[in-house]
Amino acid sequence: MRKAVLIAIPYLWLVALFLVPFLIVLKISLSDIALARPPYMPQLDLTQGWAGLTAFFSELDLDNFAFLATDDLYWKSYLSSLRIAALSTLITLAVGYPIAYGMARADHAWRPTLLMLVILPFWTSFLIRVYSWMGILSNEGTLNTVLQWLGVINEPLQIMNTPTAVYIGIVYTYLPFMVLPIYSALEKLDDSLLEAAEDLGCSRFTAFWLVTWPLSRSGIVAGCFLVFIPALGEFVIPSLLGGSSTLMIGKVLWEEFFNNRDWPVASAVAVILLLILIIPIVLFQRNEQKAREAEG
Amino acid sequence: MTNPLLSFTATLALVAGMAHADEVRVYNWSDYIDEDLLTKFEEETGIDLIYDVFDSNEVLETKMLAGGSGYDVVVPTGTFLQRQIMAGAFQKLDKSKLPNIDNMWDVISDRTSKYDPGNEYAINYMWGTTGLGVNLPKVKEILGDDAPVTSWDLVFKPENMEKLADCGVMFLDAPAEMIPAALNYIGEDPDSHDPDVIAKAEAVYMPIRDHIQKFNSSEYVNALANGDICVAVGWSGDVLQARDRAAEAGNGVEIAYYAPDEGAQMWFDEMAIPVDAPNPEAAHKFLNFIMDPQNMAAASNYVFYANGNLASQKFLVEDVIGDPAIYPSADAMENTYTTTPYDPKVQRTVTRLWTRIKSGT
Repeated sequence: MRKAVLIAIPYLWLVALFLVPFLIVLKISLSDIALARPPYMPQLDLTQGWAGLTAFFSELDLDNFAFLATDDLYWKSYLSSLRIAALSTLITLAVGYPIAYGMARADHAWRPTLLMLVILPFWTSFLIRVYSWMGILSNEGTLNTVLQWLGVINEPLQIMNTPTAVYIGIVYTYLPFMVLPIYSALEKLDDSLLEAAEDLGCSRFTAFWLVTWPLSRSGIVAGCFLVFIPALGEFVIPSLLGGSSTLMIGKVLWEEFFNNRDWPVASAVAVILLLILIIPIVLFQRNEQKAREAEG
Repeated sequence: MTNPLLSFTATLALVAGMAHADEVRVYNWSDYIDEDLLTKFEEETGIDLIYDVFDSNEVLETKMLAGGSGYDVVVPTGTFLQRQIMAGAFQKLDKSKLPNIDNMWDVISDRTSKYDPGNEYAINYMWGTTGLGVNLPKVKEILGDDAPVTSWDLVFKPENMEKLADCGVMFLDAPAEMIPAALNYIGEDPDSHDPDVIAKAEAVYMPIRDHIQKFNSSEYVNALANGDICVAVGWSGDVLQARDRAAEAGNGVEIAYYAPDEGAQMWFDEMAIPVDAPNPEAAHKFLNFIMDPQNMAAASNYVFYANGNLASQKFLVEDVIGDPAIYPSADAMENTYTTTPYDPKVQRTVTRLWTRIKSGT
């Protein structure tokens, strides 16, 4: 009984905060655009009882999903988002791993302070931090001014309003989400394992590659998911730092919703985005489970 | 009422009701009022004023269509107002609560009744044109003294844009205005709803799109004032605000606004009360306060936009009433055009075209 209650809590959480919103979005994606408030038809009318319910379901269709296939804008945006999210995840990993490694290797007395320093940026609003990057990267911004003063460049570097600025923004914003899980995996690492590896003739690098890296894998995977998933649907960073040519699905979603007022098509875009995210996660989970079973 | 959940909700509703009794929530465009007026309203009426801002009609419209925005007064532009009235987003004004409505200017009311027949749902707040904000010294330095600063040629001719690109050109991110501007430039009906005609705007933008630094509807004010960009396609009053900010900063930047010779779009920002406004009583008081001639004049004197209030004109400073960029002559008013809302299919064509123009895809 107690076990059932314990299990029920996370499931309730999942149903209330994930499944129900998803079903609402799914329902809208099957509706049609209308000049009304809210701007789609049909509305579920429960006062009509069963008749209302059947009338409601008979009007739902997959037209909006079919529409997404007719315009190359959508798949190009999905692909471009996937590419930007994947590349930023890799960069974040490359930057975040050494930081986490350094923290985990630091003296015990220092670790809480270092951890604090990683979390500290969260004390400032995310929006303000992205805005400060606009101040740093713009043509008249800090970076260009300093570089020109040093004589490194003559013309200001055009970083603002380019994909580069989007990468910088995403890597900067999500870095803590990469560092923290890797740090927590590395911190648990038993030093004697490395000593044993060296005793058995491993160089420091092979010891790292054969012992530390595999043992921190759970942290790397968690960090990559935490960065990749929000980066894929990112809207704020590309719209503030990116130029108009940076195609991302978050912006397409915004345009469907706000400019076209087409909530049904916007919802269809969102449903597909979710499927794109869920399939690799499920496949990965399966893979992990198999690996665990093989080991066990 | 034994159900604890029900009584809890009832308490909440009661608390919310009490909070609304003396509070009005206004949602207006950014940089669009003299903030002293907000304090004045609170002092005169004892009603707490909560003032929020937005920078695109689309954001406002989505809130209106979703419902439950919690705002009592909102300020959509004419075409958007018309569509939202049709969707049932607004309530009819109770004109018995608006004695100051007699101050309104029939010249403007006639035009706004195109969007809101009989002006039953909204009052005019400000109106203006969409045109060119120009950093004169810089543009003349680049294009010579005979630079076509009063013509759409300045931004729609590729050879001009090529030269201006390094200095920076921004366009409004407002397809409902930028597509008509391009159609008007090539001699088509700017208010065309024919997808084949609308498609012709693409040929105007494609050769210049790489030279446009950014499509944005609010950043250009500061960018112009700081001298970061040379030209912006923007709203009249916003450009004039940039002009004054630059003059105040004394940074040597000199900005001018031109409603282009080929014709400029005229638009009207209208104050309306959402159908589900929590406090329509206070909303009416706010509208009446705004229609007071001195208050309306204070707002115009501050934001450099013309208003639809005839009685306010004697309180306007000469810089406003005497500036043809703000109050155009009758002839210049003839050289403007207005647009009507697109239906969903045409809207999709316009948005798609705009995305292609902005992103190249």
